[in-house]
Amino acid sequence: MFLETVSLALSSIRRNALRSFLTLLGIVIGVAAVIAMITIGSGTTEKVKADISKLGSNLLTVRSGQPPTPGSVPVQARDFEVKHLNALEANLVGAKAVSGASQKTVRVVYGTESVTASVTGTDTGFFTARDWEVAAGRTFTEQETRGGIPVCVIGETVRKQFFGSGDPLGSIIRVARVNCPVVGLLESKGTSGFGQDQDNVVIMPLQAFQRRIAGNNKVETIYVSANDGVSTSEMQGRIETIMREIRKIGPDQDDDFNVRDQTQIANAMSSTMGVMTGMLSAVAGVSLLVGGIGIMNIMLVSVTERTREIGIRLAIGAQEWHILTQFVVEATVLALLGGVFGIGLGLGLAALASYVFAIPFNPSLSVIALAAGFSGAIGLVFGFFPALRGARLNPIDALRHE
Amino acid sequence: MAAQPFIEFTDLWKSYGEGEAQVNALAGVNLRIHHGEFVTIMGPSGSGKSTAMNIIGCLDTPTSGDYKFMGVDAGRLDRARRAVLRNLYIGFVFQGYNLLARTSAIDNVELPLIYRGAPRRERKLRAEAALELVGLSDRLTHTPAELSGGQQQRVAIARAIVTEPALLVADEPTGNLDTARSHEIMTLLTRLNEDRGLTVVMVTHEAEIAAYGSRIIRFVDGQIASDVKNEERPHVS
Repeated sequence: MFLETVSLALSSIRRNALRSFLTLLGIVIGVAAVIAMITIGSGTTEKVKADISKLGSNLLTVRSGQPPTPGSVPVQARDFEVKHLNALEANLVGAKAVSGASQKTVRVVYGTESVTASVTGTDTGFFTARDWEVAAGRTFTEQETRGGIPVCVIGETVRKQFFGSGDPLGSIIRVARVNCPVVGLLESKGTSGFGQDQDNVVIMPLQAFQRRIAGNNKVETIYVSANDGVSTSEMQGRIETIMREIRKIGPDQDDDFNVRDQTQIANAMSSTMGVMTGMLSAVAGVSLLVGGIGIMNIMLVSVTERTREIGIRLAIGAQEWHILTQFVVEATVLALLGGVFGIGLGLGLAALASYVFAIPFNPSLSVIALAAGFSGAIGLVFGFFPALRGARLNPIDALRHE
Repeated sequence: MAAQPFIEFTDLWKSYGEGEAQVNALAGVNLRIHHGEFVTIMGPSGSGKSTAMNIIGCLDTPTSGDYKFMGVDAGRLDRARRAVLRNLYIGFVFQGYNLLARTSAIDNVELPLIYRGAPRRERKLRAEAALELVGLSDRLTHTPAELSGGQQQRVAIARAIVTEPALLVADEPTGNLDTARSHEIMTLLTRLNEDRGLTVVMVTHEAEIAAYGSRIIRFVDGQIASDVKNEERPHVS
């Protein structure tokens, strides 16, 4: 009897293929959105975690100012300069490397080719602190760093753009109108968790960058990597003490800088991502609700359209539960079908996103099962009322219905 | 035959509306129909003939009075029990055929057996036999749209008798058919009545069609105006 009802429902859906499809759309979109969001979200989180561990968990980042928090007055902060960097380096115990860096996105030209790349001015400590090796050539010499001589270490993307698979060393590229010989090639880091190409970079000595490109004395970020066996929280405390002294901050004044380790940055990222995923899932939830109401609507239409059919069935001996089952099963099959399409579409979107942003694609079986179950439940809930209405019809009136 | 009547109305009333607007579709009807009879019910519209037929078919219940169907107090049964009664003992034929659209003849005929919970094989065999009896062995997989009116009504009759009911209730079964087709259908019903002892209660407004009955009851204003034996039934070979 149950199988009969399911096949009956399927044939009724097939008879009204276009209408069924339009009804399904709400559920398809809702389920697809949920599946895509959760799959992409978990892939991104995984990627970010992998990136962080690549960076090294003992890396600390010092920036001027305080990240804005809701309701607080932004702290007016003086920029870091090289003297702050040198003072910190001189006084800090337990650091493997201390490095200052500033960054700007500029046009880089070689021959007739040009790219827009992120240019970082820094010193040799940067490569240690960021745990970033050169694949070919070298980093900067002491002389180049101190003298502010423009030499470049380029990323893989820049190399590919200008030299293909050829050797870039010794060629002179123009970085924002500064001629700059290439002395090194960085090892490839790939795409970051947020889809940023980390290899589209040019790195040059800090002083050269400040003088020739940025036109200021700013040091935007100070990277500190702690020695093995020195905890980041301990290191963070030491940096804060020294920085307050260097920047002459009174005991009753707040810090005008912030020190963060990678775990904190990772946590901030994932909480941002969590909020985004949550919001989009809420939108998807609304879509599912609308989809459910759509199913209810179409089932009411279906019951009205088939009043005569219900009358015939009741006259020849169908019980109320036969009719109820028929329409509830029809609604559930409809919603499940929407769920299946939605899961397919969602996974497709997630796979596409994972290909484009180079993040891992790992669909969660439990989420898929949940989505399928949930869409079935929508059919069950929203199909019940119209079905009950059909089942309660008076056979005489139903037979007379035109 | 001293057996109890097959169908028995005792002072049966059926009213619609309330107070001033109250209408008595049936006003104190007493009626006995015995097993094997072919009863045709006639009367102008609003005379109560359809109401009487709905109550006989256990689709409706009386407002007051008794309705006994095969000795069962059918007038006081709930919806679910009346559905069981219909499924087991009553077959219906309607004026508009009332077949399920886009559904093959054999699937239409199987429907009552599905609600009875019969296994698939048995359903198929019985539906085929019923369709053969009405002369449609070669139309099993045709949908109603592919059948003529007369053929559709034959499918409806096959659906009504596939459960081997004790009673066939027919509401203007020839109302949508031309004269030749009408007589074919009436011949079929008469044969079912005579050969298989199927009790038939049929509503019609055509005297010529009513003449197929062994007994003709005329309703006027919710009461039985005349109830006569019909000795001149058309001969059916």
